[in-house]
Amino acid sequence: MSSETQKILTTDGIPLEVSLKKVERKNKLKAFLLVAPLLFFLLIVYISPIIGMLFNSVDDRMVTKALPKTFIAMEKWDGKELPSEEVFEAFYIDFQKLIEEEREGKLSTQLNYEKNGFKSIIKKLRRKSKSFEEGNYKEQIMAVHERWADVEYWRAIKRRAPSYSYSKYLKGVDMYQNEEGKFVQVEEDRRIYKKLWVRTLKIAFYVTLFCFLMAYPIAHLLATLPMKFSNLLMICVLLPFWTSLLVRTASWMILLQQQGVVNDFLVWIGLVADDERLVMMYNETGTYIAMTQILLPFMVLPLYSVMKTISPSLVRAGKSLGGTPFITFWKVYFPLTIPGIGAGSLLVFILAIGYYITPELVGGASGTLISNMIAYHMKSTLDWSFASAMGLMLLAGVLAIYWVYNKLVGIDNIKLG
Amino acid sequence: MTSSKSFVKFDKVDKSYDGKVLVVKDLNLDINEGEFITMLGPSGSGKTTCLMMLAGFETPTNGEIYLDSKPISRIPPHKRGIGMVFQNYALFPHLTVYENLAFPLKVRKLSKDEIDKKVDKALSMVSLSGFEKRMPNQLSGGQQQRVAVARSLVFDPQLVLMDEPLGALDKNLRESMQYEIKHIHENIGVTVVYVTHDQSEALTMSSRIAVFNDGKVQQLSTPDKLYEEPVNSFVAEFIGENNTFAGEVTDISGGKCKVKLDTGGEIISNPISVKSKGEKTKVSLRPERAIIDPEEKMDNKYKGKIEEIIYHGDHARVRLNLLGNKEFILKVPNSSARLDIKRGNEINVGWNSQDARALDPKSI
Repeated sequence: MSSETQKILTTDGIPLEVSLKKVERKNKLKAFLLVAPLLFFLLIVYISPIIGMLFNSVDDRMVTKALPKTFIAMEKWDGKELPSEEVFEAFYIDFQKLIEEEREGKLSTQLNYEKNGFKSIIKKLRRKSKSFEEGNYKEQIMAVHERWADVEYWRAIKRRAPSYSYSKYLKGVDMYQNEEGKFVQVEEDRRIYKKLWVRTLKIAFYVTLFCFLMAYPIAHLLATLPMKFSNLLMICVLLPFWTSLLVRTASWMILLQQQGVVNDFLVWIGLVADDERLVMMYNETGTYIAMTQILLPFMVLPLYSVMKTISPSLVRAGKSLGGTPFITFWKVYFPLTIPGIGAGSLLVFILAIGYYITPELVGGASGTLISNMIAYHMKSTLDWSFASAMGLMLLAGVLAIYWVYNKLVGIDNIKLG
Repeated sequence: MTSSKSFVKFDKVDKSYDGKVLVVKDLNLDINEGEFITMLGPSGSGKTTCLMMLAGFETPTNGEIYLDSKPISRIPPHKRGIGMVFQNYALFPHLTVYENLAFPLKVRKLSKDEIDKKVDKALSMVSLSGFEKRMPNQLSGGQQQRVAVARSLVFDPQLVLMDEPLGALDKNLRESMQYEIKHIHENIGVTVVYVTHDQSEALTMSSRIAVFNDGKVQQLSTPDKLYEEPVNSFVAEFIGENNTFAGEVTDISGGKCKVKLDTGGEIISNPISVKSKGEKTKVSLRPERAIIDPEEKMDNKYKGKIEEIIYHGDHARVRLNLLGNKEFILKVPNSSARLDIKRGNEINVGWNSQDARALDPKSI
């Protein structure tokens, strides 16, 4: 008996272990209940839209369901030459059904995303098909418009056959899958998205750089000035936060336009001739200026919080050991601020890469970013699945940047405040 | 203008931060080469400001500081070549011990071999050989402190400043570090200016101590002289324990004076700051100079009632009501001989008049 460890009992005879677990379970439940509302909220407003978006971006059942017989008939078609009469007949039957149900408009929109020019020929087919005779549908349809006799258009229809497809993702990088299943780039003059991605990355990078260059001295000043001045300066840094983003961007428009304050001033001091006023808006310059100003606090705050923790005696030690002010800064102060630089840069870069309102208002044609394109597809072309695909690509890009950053600097090194 | 003998010289230095209050007033101080000088004083007494002016992080508002007979007020800190140990060590947290020590050598563009040799020597001096690759946060407080000392000495400066370097250590470690720093100073003969508010630290380590108060040096002398012969009541009360009697001089003659106490009674004491009859004074007496059952030849003999006994292990402090002074402290060694020391008992206490120093009446 003595070799067996005796179970410790509480005063009312329940084993201590059981009693402890009971208490802990209660605490855990309490903790979970406190977190539950937020968890629930996040599930609804964050996780579920992302899943929905993912689903939306690959879902192509609308077209599949609209032309069921056509796609069955097309299975045997190799896609090299015009499809056989069988396919045309199936297409005609499907199309008649769509007209009955008045769904052919939606189909034409979808097919038009795939290849421009579908809209008008479907409209025409609808009109002409009323007087179609039975049999030999191939010739009758081809006679409606020359494009119906173009194999490219039939290939475009076939591409929409699967219920789920990743073609939107390919389109997002200016590529598509050709008949042999190879990934090829679209023609040179039609590549728009790649350019936009590159521009988005470039603008985000430079905005981050400009923010860093301007925020570093401010943060240093904030961290070293006596309290009564640093508080005032801090308010100046935070002031933009208290103003609506739209108002701030609008005020930049007032400042930057050709008849605006900045140009007036430059003309007044004679730096710029009246008829050569600078174009600082509706182009990249405008996006750079406005976004840098708006994102600046996101760089200042992490830098400040890190600099605040650096003891001034470290810099003094560097100097007393014989380091010139520059060496002391570069070898002692700067390395210690890297966690702040990392946090600020990551924050600004990720915010900049998905920025929308500011480039929309001051960016013009050359200063818009990928999010403006996403919004365009959401609002104007109504190609939601493509917009979803691009949104997810943006999300994946941000995650990739985060991952690279973690590998290079280490996420534990980040200090946000 | 400068004396050829002194290595560091503060010449009529004033310092004010806000243009209203002088934190250092008309400071004159000469430090000889190879000396271990401690600036001792309560916080706000201006001692750290003096050190910062010497290091070059503050500039004197008025006056000049000379190092090796050259004025240094215009020289930036990194060109002064003065080693410094900071209060919180100020080790560079992102560099290893080796890199910390190599920093002052690298900026002086020494060769790799020389750097290795010097770092080795400095680390063995503080018995930390083999710790080169450690980061500062992997070291204990005492080890960090030793690295900081080694770093301040590694580039062979003629002068090393230490700003309360032992303040963050616990009592035992502090004491052993005191000896270690003292030995390093003796071995390499560098001039050290040390700032502390801990009087026992100052007494143990220094060759001379400058007691600061109110932006002024109150007394500059060797530790024993400072303790035995304080020149004013601030120094007497700041250094060591002290029994004080406030009173008025009634008679002064033959190197002795009679003081009539405010609480009643009269004692004979040694006139230090008092010159004539009728002056107000404060008499200071070290607790260990008063003894129980005085010998016949002592000229001060009184009876006192024991108010309280405070046990200290090796000795006990006995608080007496003596001549109306209820705070009179007596140190009694812990022995079995004196069984009559009990609360409420009356005992005989006495001291020599030369140990009772009649100083200025100012109190802290």
